[in-house]
Amino acid sequence: MISQIPAEYALVLAAILFALGLAGLLVRRNILFILISIEIMLNAAGLAFVAAGHRWAQPDGQVMFLLILATAGAEVSVGLALVLQLYKQFHTLDIDAASSMKG
Amino acid sequence: MVTLFLVAAAVAIVSTFLVITHLDAVHALLYLVISLLSVALIFYLLGAPFVAALEVIIYAGAIMVLFIFVVMVLNLGPLTREEENRWLKPGMWFGPVILSGILAIELVYVLAGSGPSSPVPSAVGSKEVSRSLFGPYLIAVELASILLMAGLIGAYHIGREWKGKNQ
Repeated sequence: MISQIPAEYALVLAAILFALGLAGLLVRRNILFILISIEIMLNAAGLAFVAAGHRWAQPDGQVMFLLILATAGAEVSVGLALVLQLYKQFHTLDIDAASSMKG
Repeated sequence: MVTLFLVAAAVAIVSTFLVITHLDAVHALLYLVISLLSVALIFYLLGAPFVAALEVIIYAGAIMVLFIFVVMVLNLGPLTREEENRWLKPGMWFGPVILSGILAIELVYVLAGSGPSSPVPSAVGSKEVSRSLFGPYLIAVELASILLMAGLIGAYHIGREWKGKNQ
C-alpha cells in the first residue's frame, strides 16, 4: 500500500478546481478576475501533477509543480502590468474595452 | 487521513466557488488565499511537504501580495474611502474566518499526534526533489530562469509610463 489517499480523489479534486477556474474565465469580464481564474487553473494542474507523483512515490511531480510555479510567477507579473496599462488607457477593467486593435 | 483530505477538499471547492462568484476583488482574493492554503494542506497529506511550504510562501504569499498591490494601486480615486468602508465591514470576515478555522483545526489535529502520525508515510521530501531537480531536470531549471527573466523584462516594458510620440 503506497498511499492512504486514493489518487482518484486528488485527481477528481483537481478536475473540479480546474473546471471552476475555467468557468470563472469564461463568465467574468473583469480582467483581474480572469487572471485569478488562470491562477486557479494553474494551481489545479499542479495539484494533478503532485497527486500523480504521490501515486508512484516519485519526485517528478513535485519538480513539475515547481516549474508551474515559475510559470505562474512570470505570467502574473506580465498580466498585472497589462492590467495597469489597460486601466491607464481606458479607465476601466472591462476586457471588452480592449477588443479592437490599433492600425 | 482520508477524512482530513475530504474536509480540506470541501474547503477548497467552496472557497474557489466563492472566488469566481464574488463581486469585490479584495473579497475574492481573500477567499483565493484560503483556497490555496487548503490545497497546501492537501499537498502535505499527499506526502509533499516541500511543495506545501512553497505553495504557502510563493502562491499565497508573493503572488497574492502582487494582486493586492495592483488592486490597491487601481483604487486611488475619490471613491477610495467609501470603498474601504465597504470592504472593512465586520460581517465580511465571517466566511473566511470559518473556512480558515476549519483548516486551523485540521492543522492542530495533524500536529498534535492524536491524529495520524505527522510524517506522512511514503513522503517524498525536499532532498529527493532537489536531487531530481538539479540532476535530470537541470535544463528545465535553466529554462525556468530564462522565463522568469523574460517575465521581468516584459513586465517592466509593459508597465512603464509611455511618454512622447504615443500621446
